Amino acid sequence: MAAIILLGLNHNTAPVELRECIAFSEEDTELALEELHERTEFKEILLLSTCNRVELLLVTDDRETCVAEAKQFLAEHNRVPLDDVEPALYVHEGADAIRHVFRVASSLDSMMVGEPQILGQIKSAYRTATQKKTSGVILNRLLHRAFFVAKRVRSETGIGDHAVSISYAAIELGRKIFGTLEGKEVLLVGAGEMAELAVENLIRHHAGTIWVANRTFERGLELATRFGGRAIRLEEIPESLQHVDIIIGSTGATDLVITSDHVRAIMRRRKNRPLFFIDIAVPRDIDPAINRLTNCYVYDIDDLKEIIDENIEDRNREAIKGERIVEEATIRFSQWCDSLAVVPTIVALRRKMEDIIDEQIDKTLGGLKHFSETDREAFDRMKQALINKMLHDPTMFLKSNGCLGDRSLYLDVTRRMFNLDNER
Amino acid sequence: MENLRYLIILLYLASTVSYLLYLFIQKDGFHRAGIYLLIAGVGIHSAEILYATVSSGQLPATNLYDALSIAAWAIALVFLVIQFRYKIRILGIFAAPLAAMVTILSTRLPETPIPAQNIFNSIWFIIHIVSVFIGDAALALACGVGLLYLLQEHAIKAKKRGFFYSRLPSLELLDTTGYACIVVGFTMLTIGLITGFVYAKAIWGRFWSWDPKEVWSGITWILYAVLLHERLTVGWRGRRAAIMAIVGFCVVLFTFFGVNFFMKGHHGQFTTF
Repeated sequence: MAAIILLGLNHNTAPVELRECIAFSEEDTELALEELHERTEFKEILLLSTCNRVELLLVTDDRETCVAEAKQFLAEHNRVPLDDVEPALYVHEGADAIRHVFRVASSLDSMMVGEPQILGQIKSAYRTATQKKTSGVILNRLLHRAFFVAKRVRSETGIGDHAVSISYAAIELGRKIFGTLEGKEVLLVGAGEMAELAVENLIRHHAGTIWVANRTFERGLELATRFGGRAIRLEEIPESLQHVDIIIGSTGATDLVITSDHVRAIMRRRKNRPLFFIDIAVPRDIDPAINRLTNCYVYDIDDLKEIIDENIEDRNREAIKGERIVEEATIRFSQWCDSLAVVPTIVALRRKMEDIIDEQIDKTLGGLKHFSETDREAFDRMKQALINKMLHDPTMFLKSNGCLGDRSLYLDVTRRMFNLDNER
Repeated sequence: MENLRYLIILLYLASTVSYLLYLFIQKDGFHRAGIYLLIAGVGIHSAEILYATVSSGQLPATNLYDALSIAAWAIALVFLVIQFRYKIRILGIFAAPLAAMVTILSTRLPETPIPAQNIFNSIWFIIHIVSVFIGDAALALACGVGLLYLLQEHAIKAKKRGFFYSRLPSLELLDTTGYACIVVGFTMLTIGLITGFVYAKAIWGRFWSWDPKEVWSGITWILYAVLLHERLTVGWRGRRAAIMAIVGFCVVLFTFFGVNFFMKGHHGQFTTF
């Protein structure tokens, strides 16, 4: 009987140095699939490679050889000694492998629980496998199930809710203040990776003009050109507060760049439209006292980090619900896998026929009261004989090795053709 | 008539429960149920008022029993309009119970009919009553929105994102909605006052007679006029506008009830019991 095996390493078991050695590029993946597909033990193969994990999902009849060969392959293909790779590898089989696939797809196994990229990465890994024709009846069904489970986990739990990065947390807050960020003008004071990331996110939310103020005007001009905005000098900041709505502070200055007095002077001219200050500089650029002014909101890096920590806790709580959904799906998928054995299929087929004939006999004999008990027994014997004769050839076929090594395909076809799982 | 009013109360209460569930569980279904129940309530309530008007030949607003019922009807109606315009769902948590409470209050009062007098038949009288009540309802909702604004503002300012933070809409939406409520309320109040003057002139022969209700209505009107003026000129928005909306509504309440209990005047008979 075919077994599902999952073998791989992830951010928990392998350090980044090892993960980057083992990683497969798009082309590598195709080559690997081709190479493994030539070996007869590997009946179905899927290779998932992301920056946090490399996993081989396999269907095989011969698990020992398969696992050994797969390990060997991972090491050799990437020219890493097997002894280095082996301790980082985990091997799951049957229900454990199924559960693992579902958890990965639902982003419950991710470094950042609930991050949305993983599902897309699995989808593309599956697409590659189908193009290379290395996925078969079991993996097709497993992966489609996994996509469905992932969707359910995302829609029924809050694992994807709330920002878990500084720039997204700032965006979320901005939307709670302004409703929409569309057309809101942004002043970037200083530069820095995190600040620029935040500005890019704001632009994605259709923010208005981006103003850039920098100690060196050239650098400011350069950034402004990149964001399609305008550069101003540091001295112009107090004046610019009249026009902008969101201020991001990110300078290396030791003193405050924007003080409470600056803001107080400008609020009346702004007609009290709200101002949102995001201070990601250490030491701080923006006077915390500004937060006490009406319609002004100041969040510094610690405030944002606190929000993120809370959100991560929320996600982890939600993940528990996700685990339940995964468990349910795992049980149901395991049942389907078990049903793919020959005997249960034949038994189910027999029962189906018995049910049909019983129903028809009852219907016919219901109107014919003159048959005796002995007559009825004769009908019953006829029923058994009919079923035996009818099922003889299908049984022989399913039990034989004539299925070209892919018995699960024919079992699946049989089950679906006769609707043995009551799916219709 | 009494039974009909119990049905209306039932619908308003059911809507309140739906909105409460929506507040806690955050499932869209509860919000939808809440709004449909409220629509049903307002529909029946409108029919009741219309029937009473047609059968007695005058608007049923001659005693506190009827006046409160119209107030509740106006609150629910104005909320529905605001909801459709601004999609500010959570306001239902304020409007539905308020409508239910005011209707319940009305049934607890004795129904003392005032003999039909032709002073109530004037078209000015009907416009006066309807616009004043719709205006007051809009100002009540402005007060509700103001309370929600203060809650949300506090959550963002204090950086303590509690129960309400994720459940309340953005400050901007709350502020705009509150402003819209006040504009509607103020406009209706103005129409109410003008028709009141015209009506007073027709009945008593003078526009203004220093009746306490008139005086307090004037004060209310001036208060909201100042609020709107300040908003348009120097931008009294956000926190200050929210507080003013709440204070303003307290004055409205006093004008509505307080004047009748503490002072005498020609509005007294409509609202005594």
